[in-house]
Amino acid sequence: MSVKSQSIQSKKQSGQDERLKKISPLRVLLNRPELGALGGAILVFIFFGIVAGDTGMFSAYGTLNFLDVSANLGIIAIAAAMLMIGGEFDLSIGSMIGFAGICIAIPAIYWGWPLWMAIVFAFAMAVLIGYFNGIMVVKSGLPSFIVTLAMLFILRGATLAITRLITGRTQVPGLRVLIEDDPIAWIFATDTFQWLFTWLGSMKLIELRTDGTPLATGIPPSVIWFIALTLFATWILMKTRYGNWIFASGGDKVGATNVGVPVGRVKISLFIGTAVASTIFACIQVLDAGSADTMRGTLKELEAIAAAVVGGCLLTGGYGSAIGAALGAIIFGTVSMGIFYTDVDTDWFKVFLGAMMLIAVVFNNYIRKKVTETK
Amino acid sequence: MSEYLVQFNNISKFFGKVIALKDVTMKLKRGEIMCLLGDNGAGKSTLIKTLAGVHKPDEGEIIFEDKKIIFDSPRDALDIGIGTVYQDLALVSLMSVTRNFFMGREPQKGLPLFKTFDIEKANKIAAERMGQIGIDVRDPSQAVGTMSGGERQCLAISRAIYFGAKVLILDEPTSALGVHQASMVLKYIVKAASQGLAVILITHNVHHAYPVGNSFTVLNRGRSMGTFQKKDISREKLLSMMAGGEELNKLEVELKEMDRIATS
Repeated sequence: MSVKSQSIQSKKQSGQDERLKKISPLRVLLNRPELGALGGAILVFIFFGIVAGDTGMFSAYGTLNFLDVSANLGIIAIAAAMLMIGGEFDLSIGSMIGFAGICIAIPAIYWGWPLWMAIVFAFAMAVLIGYFNGIMVVKSGLPSFIVTLAMLFILRGATLAITRLITGRTQVPGLRVLIEDDPIAWIFATDTFQWLFTWLGSMKLIELRTDGTPLATGIPPSVIWFIALTLFATWILMKTRYGNWIFASGGDKVGATNVGVPVGRVKISLFIGTAVASTIFACIQVLDAGSADTMRGTLKELEAIAAAVVGGCLLTGGYGSAIGAALGAIIFGTVSMGIFYTDVDTDWFKVFLGAMMLIAVVFNNYIRKKVTETK
Repeated sequence: MSEYLVQFNNISKFFGKVIALKDVTMKLKRGEIMCLLGDNGAGKSTLIKTLAGVHKPDEGEIIFEDKKIIFDSPRDALDIGIGTVYQDLALVSLMSVTRNFFMGREPQKGLPLFKTFDIEKANKIAAERMGQIGIDVRDPSQAVGTMSGGERQCLAISRAIYFGAKVLILDEPTSALGVHQASMVLKYIVKAASQGLAVILITHNVHHAYPVGNSFTVLNRGRSMGTFQKKDISREKLLSMMAGGEELNKLEVELKEMDRIATS
């Protein structure tokens, strides 16, 4: 008896709680929201490395291709993830992409505005629409699912109606010639690090066209935006007061309000965030294609939410990470492009997307229980 | 200067035709623990919400440090030093101890526009504060969900004190806790009072209230049945004063009756 109590005594003195098991580094890692997505991404790369390793998927050109697709999805997935951490959804992301596209194309082509002004106009509209979504959700207390579902229809309908009214068509082409000399458009339309690719080409390290120029000419703007937004969002979530307010607003609205967090303002700003991210997506795609299409962005809201969920965001809010959402987008982008390099019929992509999401949700639920019910 | 830190004089609150509170008066000195006792529906919740600035009293006045005070929002009450810990504790279980401790009032560092949440400083303060209560937070970045009920209660109280509460209003801090956890919380409340805080402890558990309270105010159907110093009243007397007291006596009689029938 006395021996036992002595040994407890000595443990206490050494500053160790005798009830505490040593936490392994693996355990710490398990508590991070992006763990599942990281594992998933590694698995996806191993899979395609084996199945499609010698097909050119991982050549410079192929890599940039699937990175471009991932990055485009990632831009909206990160904003969707931040909103989900804040406890809300935005189903109007896809429609906002289409709407932002015509907000650029119609003024630039039909009204003779300079391209930069049309772009600024599109972002101004995005802020307004995001603000409206936010204020509706915050003031009415309705679920954001309903409010933004309504906005999904309104925006898509308005995009189609306005475009047909003004142009008589559903597509607005002819933007490409306006990009040159524009003071803003290059932000969304320039391939960077071209010198590096030219050099790699001259060293015969990457594939060349028949005329000797490299097949991959530079890093697409989407990838740069994607990386920048991932870093920015992670900084906000982990390192700023506003980030703490996002977690608090999503984790417990009433509690956060009681200790002085401006929950309403936080949520409104996050809705503006998703609308602005949709507009960045629209700018990149519209300027790349040289045309705006009224159906652009259809169903993108669901892909963005799926990527955020695979990345570890809880549907109930208060938990998740931007890096996780970025990894989720990389998984989807890689599979959607990689599937072309395999013998698998591309029709199976959606099956994969759904299955991946289910696995992620089950896994995340398990993690949440681990985090909250340790004692 | 009056001997009282805070006085609530003849507070009344009506909701339409319903008289939720009528002429409730409470006075607290520094270092005093006043227990507010009453059964469900006695008006305890309405009273604390009025004291905390959520409701405006329809009649009566609040005097804090000899000045008459009118609250427009809970924030006002918080700013002058009336801290309230509600039953839900305003803790987010998925967030870390530190992030909860400083929720809404995060310390910042760095240049304007690039200000960051000073998480190292916050971690240090949170661990230090919890250590003072005797709760060894192994890792302040662990989720609050991993803490016991008593530890969470202490965290919420400690947070209110750190952010300048001079009057601490605690809503049923022990109601969901086991004996050991409850005594840990009560011990902390006594310690806080000994440092000069005035504490209003709302409870319907006389056994938790009696050992720690200096004075007792009993509410029944929106009215105060008076404030009693500890030396003037016994535990049994208090219990019977609460609406439940009579009920319990009746229950005892009924149970005896049932026993009698069963054995005969």
